[in-house]
Amino acid sequence: MDSSVLIVTILILTLFGYWMGRSRARMLAGTEHLSVLHSLPSYHGSYVALWCGLPALLLVAAWLIFEPSLIEHIVVEAIPGARALEPAQLSLLIADIRNLTSGNIVSREIDPTLAAAGEHYNALQTISHAAMIVLTLAIAVYGLYLARKNQTRGFRARNRVEKIVRIVMVVASTIAILTTVGIILSLIFETLRFFEKVTVTEFLFGLNWSPQTALRAEQVGSSGAFGAVPIFAGTFMITGLAMIVAVPIGLLSAIYMSEYAGPKFRAVAKPMLEVLAGIPTVVYGFFAALTVAPFFRQTGEAAGLMVSSESALAAGMVMGVMIIPFVSSLSDDVMNAVPQSLRDGAYALGATQSETIKQVILPAALPGIVGAVLLATSRAIGETMIVVMAAGLAANLTANPLEAVTTVTVQIVTLLVGDQEFDSAKTLAAFALGLVLFVITLGLNMIALRVVRKYSEKYD
Amino acid sequence: MSVAEAIKTETPAEKPEQVSHKITGKDVCVYYGDKQALFDVNLDVREKQVTSLIGPSGCGKSTFLRCINRMNDVIDGCRVEGEIKVDGTDIYRSGLDVVELRARVGMVFQKPNPFPKSIYDNIAYGPRIHGQASDSAELDQIVETSLRRAGLWEEVKDRLDNPGTGLSGGQQQRLCIARAIAVNPEVILMDEPCSALDPIATARIEELIDELREKFTIVIVTHSMQQAARVSQRTAFFHMGVVVEEGATSDIFTKPQDGRTLDYITGRFG
Ligand SMILES: Nc1ncnc2c1ncn2[C@@H]1O[C@H](COP(=O)(O)OP(=O)(O)OP(=O)(O)O)[C@@H](O)[C@H]1O
Ligand SMILES: [Mg+2]
Repeated sequence: MDSSVLIVTILILTLFGYWMGRSRARMLAGTEHLSVLHSLPSYHGSYVALWCGLPALLLVAAWLIFEPSLIEHIVVEAIPGARALEPAQLSLLIADIRNLTSGNIVSREIDPTLAAAGEHYNALQTISHAAMIVLTLAIAVYGLYLARKNQTRGFRARNRVEKIVRIVMVVASTIAILTTVGIILSLIFETLRFFEKVTVTEFLFGLNWSPQTALRAEQVGSSGAFGAVPIFAGTFMITGLAMIVAVPIGLLSAIYMSEYAGPKFRAVAKPMLEVLAGIPTVVYGFFAALTVAPFFRQTGEAAGLMVSSESALAAGMVMGVMIIPFVSSLSDDVMNAVPQSLRDGAYALGATQSETIKQVILPAALPGIVGAVLLATSRAIGETMIVVMAAGLAANLTANPLEAVTTVTVQIVTLLVGDQEFDSAKTLAAFALGLVLFVITLGLNMIALRVVRKYSEKYD
Repeated sequence: MSVAEAIKTETPAEKPEQVSHKITGKDVCVYYGDKQALFDVNLDVREKQVTSLIGPSGCGKSTFLRCINRMNDVIDGCRVEGEIKVDGTDIYRSGLDVVELRARVGMVFQKPNPFPKSIYDNIAYGPRIHGQASDSAELDQIVETSLRRAGLWEEVKDRLDNPGTGLSGGQQQRLCIARAIAVNPEVILMDEPCSALDPIATARIEELIDELREKFTIVIVTHSMQQAARVSQRTAFFHMGVVVEEGATSDIFTKPQDGRTLDYITGRFG
């Protein structure tokens, strides 16, 4: 039996358990009203189903995770002299044994020891697999039996089920949190390794970025410089350009939609603006690179300006268009959340519509709008695809938006594309950049959330 | 306190000779979309008196009140027919300046709605947009007078910079009244101004209304018949979009002419 077949079998058993628990509960109630039971029959059903399915599935999962390493360990122990091998050679040996058993190409001559090990491996795997099937099915059936034995009229199935469901959810959220923590920790550790090769001050304050390190010791001209200032400057310039486009357009369209437009126009316009957020960024990217950038270059040439074909301007503008809906949609929501009574109050004093908007609605919605802008900013800083396609690769330190600049995300991509040693300074620099980027966007998001939360406390 | 007692103790006797109408409504019909909310309402409001509008929920009291300063303009699909005059000018004639009308006819709402600004700025808001103060000293003066008239000055004079939303419910409502009188209107409309307040705050507002009568014409919607009896000189009873009866408060509560009025004030429906 395949493991997937096994899992399906357990699920069928679980369904069967649900049905059985429910009908058993109905039987317990007999001809009387269902309220003689402490819990509704569906809770009895869920209870039996959970006891039948959950332990068995957990066992399968554990088995599938631990089985390979356990078997390997046993097999390797059985090979004479294997323990003396170096870790790299040992893993090669294990890979060979695996390849042998699955019929793949093996990197060495098949000697008798290897063949024996392969057979050993096969035998163990067969035994383990059979054991898994028997054990899990037994546990499923036993759980079903136990749970069914518990069922009485007064049995608190509802409370039990709620408790189990809660535990399952806690576990799920713990996994999510642990994953995040793991990612952050790995970022931090790799960054620390990077700082063994390059000093923190050079990285944070250096004005020169050219991460080409020598592959061979005698290579000339590629000493590598890891001053991140130019690429952060580029990131901020493109983000700034994007915000210059997105904030006014987004904010004004939000004001129009929430204060002036009729409900019909709003019902059409708002989803249409939100479509902008749904366009894949790669589409924006080639739009920027193939349409907007050449347009700027030609216009610039006509006006006698030197415009690079990968100008910061083009990337920033297109990115601005992309984040318009982030600004407009959120701002529109917060302005709609300003209570009608405030508008009435202003109108009743004789304020005109624009006075009401300027003096009452915008101030009341300001924290929410600030939050929206900050979230959009952090989105722009982390945006990758548009800048990879439309911004340049050269780390120019310039304030001229017509020149090519590069961004943190672009550099991370170029650092990791292609062949390189995993622990070269060049590769590790990507982690350091990622960490700084992460800290910046995290900070922005935290400020934004705090501001928005403070706002929402006021009106409910 | 019963309604009859309230009338005896609180309602001053009317002098019939000085009848001057501040607001006159003639054949007012209001529609929300296709639904008609008011049917040919004829109602006059006397100057420098408190007129209360009573009636069961949904009968159109707020609708009529909001017609008087054209707050219905804000509502989509709301249409007003007929004629409403303030000081003899039709307020629905084309070309009328709504901003100027609302400066003359102020409004206080059911739920206190101070702006999320300081106490000072809340009061100063109206005078500022209407350019009623030529310098900051004059504005200070307006703010102080309005707060004094609303009986709030002593409580807030040391914290004019604090946000208006930080006051208690009753204080907020008095702040809203002060905000309305700061633009020096002639008429103040109040839509259930005490329904969100406790009895003590209610009593303060009622006292205040009685004092304000000296300078302003007041129209108040209320669900409390005791309140109508205590604060108003004239009462109009609305029922299902029509004015069933209108008259001196003491008459409405002691000898109503219409059976529906009697049923309502004796608590048989509504
Ligand atoms: N914005 C609106 N849109 C549609 N119909 C409305 C609107 N406002 C009020 N109405 C309707 O008009 C009628 C009168 O409403 P109005 O608010 O004037 O009643 P009211 O006498 O003030 O009631 P209450 O004492 O409950 O405040 C009601 O039937 C109501 O459903
Ligand atoms: Mg009302």
